[in-house]
Amino acid sequence: MMDTFFDKEPYELSREDKHKLLSSRLNALTKEHYVNCPQYKAMCDALGFVPEDDVPYEELPYLPVSLFKKLDLMSVPREEIFKTMTSSGTSGQAVSKIYLDRETSSLQQKTLVKIVSSFTGANRMPMIIIDCPSVVKNRAMFSARGAGILGFSMFGTKKIYALDDDMKLNLEELKGFLEEHKDEKILLFGFTFMIWQHFYKELLKIDSMTLDLSNAILIHGGGWKKLVSEQVSAEDFHKRLEEVCGLHDIHDYYGMVEQTGCIYMECECGHLHASNFSDIIIRDPADLSVCEFGKRGIIQVVSSLPQSYPGHSLLTEDEGTVLGEDDCPCGKKGKYFAVHGRLKNAEIRGCSDTYAAKF
Amino acid sequence: MNNTEKYDQIMRESFELDESFDVTTLVYQGVEKWDSVGHMTMVAMLEETFDIMMDTDDIIDFSSYEKGKEILGKYGIEF
Repeated sequence: MMDTFFDKEPYELSREDKHKLLSSRLNALTKEHYVNCPQYKAMCDALGFVPEDDVPYEELPYLPVSLFKKLDLMSVPREEIFKTMTSSGTSGQAVSKIYLDRETSSLQQKTLVKIVSSFTGANRMPMIIIDCPSVVKNRAMFSARGAGILGFSMFGTKKIYALDDDMKLNLEELKGFLEEHKDEKILLFGFTFMIWQHFYKELLKIDSMTLDLSNAILIHGGGWKKLVSEQVSAEDFHKRLEEVCGLHDIHDYYGMVEQTGCIYMECECGHLHASNFSDIIIRDPADLSVCEFGKRGIIQVVSSLPQSYPGHSLLTEDEGTVLGEDDCPCGKKGKYFAVHGRLKNAEIRGCSDTYAAKF
Repeated sequence: MNNTEKYDQIMRESFELDESFDVTTLVYQGVEKWDSVGHMTMVAMLEETFDIMMDTDDIIDFSSYEKGKEILGKYGIEF
């Protein structure tokens, strides 16, 4: 069934076709998890939901994302789990544990490639990872940061880490790397706050354009909470990075470890986009009904990928607004939206924000 | 070294296997070090040694020793 998704361009389907395809997949996943995950069945039963006839996916149950911190949820035998992903919680905070079997993991990677390459093009590029090498060292337990870096490594040919393990900028190595690849397009990847704190602020201290990244594309994610507290808007972020290194092709993404693979990329109009593989639904905090476009509410995410754990329909702790569907000036089909940050009282848990809490 | 010897050596080095290990039986996730980190190490070494650049789809499909040979064949590497 996933072949139908992979055969299409990721932003090709308009509302009716996407809704039909995604509903059919999400209903099938609901049935599988109901049969294979006892806790999921218990929750559906408690809600009085019996997965029989297919319903529109807005009517399927959704689990609060925090549940993955409290329960070990999986829908395959434990011996089939080969990778556990965790959200990077600081001490004292519980972490989400997401159990992956081979197939789910492979679907995640394929989907990420499909979505990202529609922005970067099919060719892989020399890549600068704006982080330190130690973040991927523990191979058995991946934090969200490590998993993000590894997932995106696929798009890199030659790779270099911009920071050392003391979070210092490797300026000389970066200069050498850019010299070596001076006629090539460069891919930059990192977490929003890291880029600001350890890359932008360091570049600000030296002559502007010491590093010329005017022919680079930056993909970044992980949340804005810390930057909002420093009163840096997305606009400032773009403008000031361009000032110090000429970087102008910048794409934020929204995503979470509980639905790895299905990321929501920012287009050139500054809108986050849902691909064919997933969707977002905004719910009214008062009664959890579906909000109309333009109204702010709690973000629910649905993903066609999770097979080994019941994470295909989740209520996040983030606030957002759907801005429209199928009519973004960038030409991509599907819903486009904005994220306003965490709900008040929700636990602080953006993945680069976890790191930020130390500063 | 011929291409098979080079290929075998990359497999051993990427996944930290000793000479006695039968690399022809290797599958993704079949040994401890062939995880997603080891996988990208292997890809980097293959690209360097054979002077090729693989497509992302091929990197994902590269799921075993044998499958890998088939994929490298697309890039003109003969075994």
